Amino acid sequence: MKIGVLALQGAFIEHINILRRLGVEAVEVRLPEDLAGLDGLIIPGGESTTIGKLANTYGLTEPLRAFAAAKPVWGTCAGMIFMAKSIGRDQPLLGLMDIEVERNAFGRQVDSFITPIDVDGLNGSGPFPAVFIRGPRLVAAHGNARVLARLADGTPVAAEEGHWLATSFHPELTDDTRLHEYFLKLVERG
Amino acid sequence: MNENGQGSNGRGEVGSVTVKRGLAQMLKGGVIMDVVTPEHARIAEEAGAVAVMALERVPADIRVSGGVARMSDPGLIREIMATVSIPVMAKVRIGHFVEAQILEAIGVDFIDESEVLTPADEAYHINKHDFKIPFVCGCRNLGEALRRIGEGAAMMRTKGEAGTGDVVEAVRHARSVLGEIRRLQNMPDEELMTFAKELGAPYELVKETRALGRLPVVNFAAGGIATPADAALMMQLGVDGVFVGSGIFKSGDPARRAKAIVEATTHFRNAEILARVSEKLGEPMVGIGVHTLAPEQQLAGRGW
Repeated sequence: MKIGVLALQGAFIEHINILRRLGVEAVEVRLPEDLAGLDGLIIPGGESTTIGKLANTYGLTEPLRAFAAAKPVWGTCAGMIFMAKSIGRDQPLLGLMDIEVERNAFGRQVDSFITPIDVDGLNGSGPFPAVFIRGPRLVAAHGNARVLARLADGTPVAAEEGHWLATSFHPELTDDTRLHEYFLKLVERG
Repeated sequence: MNENGQGSNGRGEVGSVTVKRGLAQMLKGGVIMDVVTPEHARIAEEAGAVAVMALERVPADIRVSGGVARMSDPGLIREIMATVSIPVMAKVRIGHFVEAQILEAIGVDFIDESEVLTPADEAYHINKHDFKIPFVCGCRNLGEALRRIGEGAAMMRTKGEAGTGDVVEAVRHARSVLGEIRRLQNMPDEELMTFAKELGAPYELVKETRALGRLPVVNFAAGGIATPADAALMMQLGVDGVFVGSGIFKSGDPARRAKAIVEATTHFRNAEILARVSEKLGEPMVGIGVHTLAPEQQLAGRGW
């Protein structure tokens, strides 16, 4: 199994380190040709405006959409924003998932927080330590998109649609590998 | 992961080491640009900056005007915060914890305790653990970096020599920090305490740095980066991203140069892309050779 991590900008090394710790081959993706031979792709946290602009400039947007049509993709934070169909403002998006997302919805950095949450599919093994950094909020999931996790106040913060996964928070900033393992199961299913 | 936060905001724990260092991790591979107006900030965001540093004067102008350089007008910083969706940083004088309290009160995303401003304290830096907002600090060597991290800095930047457009000091400081880490990695246990003493660095952070093979926080380069090639040079030397101060808005075509430096920072090992983005950028900022500066004109020596 070979997983790519979009390496235009952001916390891509953190994802690669976790994948390697799980015994999975992981490579950096910066140009369209880097997608060849991958079984899945992670879009990391970072600045979504920067990632979107670089993807457009380097002709990655259409190849990423074509890849995602066939293979599993997981976006964390900026990655979730980039995968969404609607974010209520004008910036480059892949528009894959039928979700509405609001950027910086929990406030500025002073309001970045950590909280334990329950994630569907990880049940029975305890709450997941969710790290939110100027994080986006999942406003709504439509069609086949399904909410996987919520904050205590009911705010949805993770969603799944077919072989696509999106989280508002950063599992790559923790030592908890369960969401990476969950994504690898989606990849195994193909 | 250290979860010693600064209380709860109703959703969860805020101000912990993980969320402070985490924001720096999200900026990696990116370019942070100095801006002095909301219009500059818009240009920087449009070019793909990961954050902006809100200032009244860029370092090149601070050099020209002289006098005491202080925290910028909070009103200007607020205007810039209202203009862009990316994180906004602002500078405080070394040791001036009240300027930092003011910036925390207006909610900037990152505070730079910066040698570019005139120091307010010639012995002590700010105790950065006291704040919910993360801090970035400058360093010239590993000891200085680990002292600042010991005080609570969530991100480092090698200092270089701000406002010169001369990359030589940025290279010197990055090589110094990264070279000392390489030396540390080859040291047997019994040499660590003496090495920590020589560096003037906390022993536990020396040990942690050796185990990680890198600084415990994100480390950008700053001070003198003026071209896409400069940015890629610093990335290839091993830093996590770059600050560009005067290099963009003191050049002939800021929007184009800003975008080129962003692209060079992402594709820093791809010489074909570096060649293409370096074409037709117009005039670079007029540089000042660092060696023509008198010692008292060099900013990098500020910091204790």
